[in-house]
Amino acid sequence: MNSKGATVKRGILSILATVSAITLITACSSGGGSTPVAAGKVTLEFSQWWEPELPAGALRSVMDDFQAANPNITVKLLSAPYASTKDQTIAAAASGTMSDVVGLDGAWVSDFAKQGSVADLSKLMKSAKYDESQLASQIKVGGSTYMIPVVNFVYPMFTNDDLLAKAGISQAPTTRTEFTAAAEALSKLGGNTKGWVLPLSLQAPNGIQNDVMSWAWASGGSMLKGGKPDLTNSAVTSATKYVKELWDKGVVSPGALTMTEQDKVEEFTNGRVGMMIDSLSHITTIREKNPNLKFSISAIPATDGFAGKRGIPYASWGIGISDNSKHKAEAWKLVQYLMSQKVNSKLSTLAHAFPGNTKSEPDFTGTDPLFKTAFDIYKSGAPVNEFTGLPVADQLMRDFDEQFQGVLTGTQSVNDALKKAQAAWKTQF
Amino acid sequence: MSIKIINADVSRGASTKSLGRRLAPYGFISPTAALLFVLMFIPIAMVVGYSVMDNVIVNKHPQFIGFDSYIKVLTNSVLPTAVMNTAVFTVVSVIAHLVLGLLFAMMLNTKLLSNVTTGLFRVIYILPWLFTVAIIAILWKLLLNPNGVINYALISLGLTDKGIEWLSSPATALIAVTFINIWAGYPFYMVSLLAGLQGIPKDLYEAAKVDGASGFQQFWSITLPQLKPIIISMSMLDVIWTSQQFALIWMTTGGGPINVTEMLSTFTYKLAFSNYQFSQASASAVMILVLSTILAFFYARYQKARD
Repeated sequence: MNSKGATVKRGILSILATVSAITLITACSSGGGSTPVAAGKVTLEFSQWWEPELPAGALRSVMDDFQAANPNITVKLLSAPYASTKDQTIAAAASGTMSDVVGLDGAWVSDFAKQGSVADLSKLMKSAKYDESQLASQIKVGGSTYMIPVVNFVYPMFTNDDLLAKAGISQAPTTRTEFTAAAEALSKLGGNTKGWVLPLSLQAPNGIQNDVMSWAWASGGSMLKGGKPDLTNSAVTSATKYVKELWDKGVVSPGALTMTEQDKVEEFTNGRVGMMIDSLSHITTIREKNPNLKFSISAIPATDGFAGKRGIPYASWGIGISDNSKHKAEAWKLVQYLMSQKVNSKLSTLAHAFPGNTKSEPDFTGTDPLFKTAFDIYKSGAPVNEFTGLPVADQLMRDFDEQFQGVLTGTQSVNDALKKAQAAWKTQF
Repeated sequence: MSIKIINADVSRGASTKSLGRRLAPYGFISPTAALLFVLMFIPIAMVVGYSVMDNVIVNKHPQFIGFDSYIKVLTNSVLPTAVMNTAVFTVVSVIAHLVLGLLFAMMLNTKLLSNVTTGLFRVIYILPWLFTVAIIAILWKLLLNPNGVINYALISLGLTDKGIEWLSSPATALIAVTFINIWAGYPFYMVSLLAGLQGIPKDLYEAAKVDGASGFQQFWSITLPQLKPIIISMSMLDVIWTSQQFALIWMTTGGGPINVTEMLSTFTYKLAFSNYQFSQASASAVMILVLSTILAFFYARYQKARD
């Protein structure tokens, strides 16, 4: 009896084990990207890094409004910080499980478009008879739109008012000569104070875009010629030599070669540097972390005597649609909703960013006065980000960064570094 | 006739029972086998497959290109640097883990300290092991910052006149990340060796003392030989783990400055997620897999020989 009982028990256990194994395999092999459809209802997956950067519940509230207007569509938000979203989106693009609607950075678009993982929005706009003229910009690859910037964050120059005053500087520098003089004066204040902060970490090499190339763009320069790399031109050479000059004068905060954007903001927030070029989106963080810090923002200094329109770097929260999505029409409805005048104004107000719809206006009521200043800088300048839409943009920045670090550590000249970076970039185009 | 039927039933029943009994073990191992199949066999097979195709993932219709990706990886100018850095990082880390782990284990095993003191130090020494890699990276980035605590202490003691850029200087970055890895990994050795030390029969030491052996002679002739199996096993595992270290390097230096802390892991990651060269990244991963498998083979063979 006991033996029989034990046999039965063993049999049941082994069946359970087998069933669990089969369940495991089935669970693992089921697709991750497809969206369930139930009785005419459509569920859209929307992956992005925006929700963690917006006030709690803000993006969900926008989605709830969209769902109320479109009762047959439900939006499921897949939110993660920027870096995680990037890795997950690349992996999802690779495995064909990208969310229906996907938050995009301009630096990823070219590769996703070539891979065929993001849908051609030009076709969707055409079939929906959408008026493209209301879009401030579109990111195109091969003549077709693959990403629409929903909101834009500009990168002006931040200056610590108290430190500048202490160094005897009454107003923020507007030219490179004034910037050098201010940075030197700030660095002479003693302690750990430095004039400028330059993040060049190879982990996230966007310092090349925001803190190095911005000097060329601010003076009307370009790193491209006919859409191809042109790093050895006079504008890029002049900007690179200028940054090297600042480095040699000892006005740059130490630790630059492994410093990330977050470290840069920390340095400024803690009052250890007088000036930095940074995203407007960090104003709130700086205010929260150091309420006593008095700071201003202004346009990035240009070369002496430059009278043209100043380029000002920007980054976008872009949006695209997965080419694998079974609900492209519904996905486009969501994109169209986010780009509509009213919603885009609301989103740009919430994000403290500038709208992607030309007719939208952010509401500055009750917000930090610096946002209004930044909007004026944005309108008077020319938003520029030449890395947007380039192939392997992240790697291009890293290639430049590695060569530039060689310049700063004294192992090669600026001209040699630019030639090598140019050669490396050419292979990517 | 009826007897025959009964016999047939009995025989069928016995046969069913025997079949069930024979299949039961397979049923029990099936969850593990399924897990291994899904999480090990399929991904490895896919990566090996990717490595011989023309840029997979990015290219929707990849073609078979043989070993082209392997040749590209082997001729990449950064590879020798990555191999050398990985070798230095791994060898120094494993040796330091062993020496520190053994030292601290012997300190915790001593009879000279009270149980309370030993318990307290046991907690302190094991702390690095309790932190995740992300915490360790942030902690040491703050400590080693040019304006951080360590530089403050060095300047206060007059050992340097300005903050040293430990992680940002090409001269010190590799040393700094190796040091952080040593700090993070020695407790694993310490705990294992402490267990080993506590298992050494006391009569061996008593006999040695009777024979007039000095402390060093006891250590050399009793402690080390008794711990040898643990030391060899752990060193092999540590070589495999350390040579694959990615998160710590990525979060502290990103492989920089320039490429002085570039490891095989960061090199492979950049090929995949920065260059989108998934075939080359797969080729690099397969080569690392082969090297790890060789080490694992020796580890398994050693374990089998011990048993």
